[in-house]
Amino acid sequence: MDRHRPLAGSPLRGGEGSRQAPGHLGAARPDASAPALENAKVPLAMGATAHPGREQGGSRVPLTDVLGRPSGREARAGEAAARRTLRAQIGRLERELADAFVTAYPLGGLPQPAQPWGAAQPRLLDLGELERVRDELTERLREARVTITRRADEQAQKRLALELMLLNPAEHRFERISCRELGDPGCGVWQVRPRLGLIGMLMGWWQVKLSSGCPLSRGRGRLPVARPGEAFVPTPP
Amino acid sequence: MSASGLRPGFVAPELSAEFPGLRLLWVHAGTRGGSSPPAVRRRLRSLSDRWRGGGVVSMRVKPVPHAFRAFFRQIGLDPDVQRIPSERAGVSRLLHGEFRSVDLISDACLIALIETGVPVWALDADAVDATGLGIRTATVHDAVSASGSDPGPPAGSLVVADGSRAHAVLFADPPAGRGAGPRAGRVVLFALGVDGVPDIHMEEALWIATDLLQAPR
Repeated sequence: MDRHRPLAGSPLRGGEGSRQAPGHLGAARPDASAPALENAKVPLAMGATAHPGREQGGSRVPLTDVLGRPSGREARAGEAAARRTLRAQIGRLERELADAFVTAYPLGGLPQPAQPWGAAQPRLLDLGELERVRDELTERLREARVTITRRADEQAQKRLALELMLLNPAEHRFERISCRELGDPGCGVWQVRPRLGLIGMLMGWWQVKLSSGCPLSRGRGRLPVARPGEAFVPTPP
Repeated sequence: MSASGLRPGFVAPELSAEFPGLRLLWVHAGTRGGSSPPAVRRRLRSLSDRWRGGGVVSMRVKPVPHAFRAFFRQIGLDPDVQRIPSERAGVSRLLHGEFRSVDLISDACLIALIETGVPVWALDADAVDATGLGIRTATVHDAVSASGSDPGPPAGSLVVADGSRAHAVLFADPPAGRGAGPRAGRVVLFALGVDGVPDIHMEEALWIATDLLQAPR
């Protein structure tokens, strides 16, 4: 529905006994359909709603001129209200996106937006640009929530698999689940291994072991000590 | 001029109508310039120890950084691409392992930013005219009147300006020749605030920077 076009049977269409502001041509009928437009709601994005025919400050504001177009002041006021709404929506979406970013960080983080060519300049955005920013944020927030949900599901599946490994190791021989896959910090890995090596494999003695964590930066074993007069040559692990 | 020396800058009417919370505070400050004294370096090191990865990651949900991030979006900047000043400082700290000391003026602005989240910049006091600083939209004249190496802000961009010319694009460092060099004797410090940033944070940021600029050697 075009919000600025007079509606059939609406007060803006004109007729006898109208309740219109001075200077407005035509008249509206004080019939039962009169509140139709003033109670009409124009849906905006994010669930907000504008009420175009609502009285403002006790006086009825004319919505259109004689040709049915919005008057200049009304159009400006309408655009300013729309921009205010969009800015509030952008602020709210930014807050939710920041929350999603922090939530997703331990799950592996969110993909960052691509770097555009050249730096953008700060400027006053028009209505279309604000809507584009709002829509992009909405899309990014949706993608962030999908990513979080997917990774949380993956972690839940891994935890379930770990529980099954712990309940019956023999059924899950040599399976490995890393702490990172479970959403835990560190480099540890849960692994089903035979107790006592080959003997355990033959006897069916299986156990779940957690590896000791992140590898040391200096490698395994004792550091070789360089003798006097010898150059230190590190040996590969 | 208030007793504190802090002065509110002008904001162009069209910007004020669009962003009621956008404001600028500025102040004159004297400095001896040069490198930072040991006390300032120690303070930077202490701040480096306080800032860790977790804090930088969760910074964006705090009120002041969130206010700047939301404002960045509203003026056509993506804060994930062009970071807000406090996040830029935080990421730099993580990359370099510390807040690096540059010179006294830069360090004073950096410490004020880290402590309050409000960005502070310094301009050479001789380059700012008597009308003081404010925020307006750049015109074609600003680009034309710029010097050779500095192309000037593009028309329509938001700039920090005085009565005669634009000094810097909003939230960007002043170009070479406009900003206060390390040997400047007198500078103009200015802080930017947006909706959601309390006045006291801006005042505190300028006080910190002013105080540090006069730190004894």
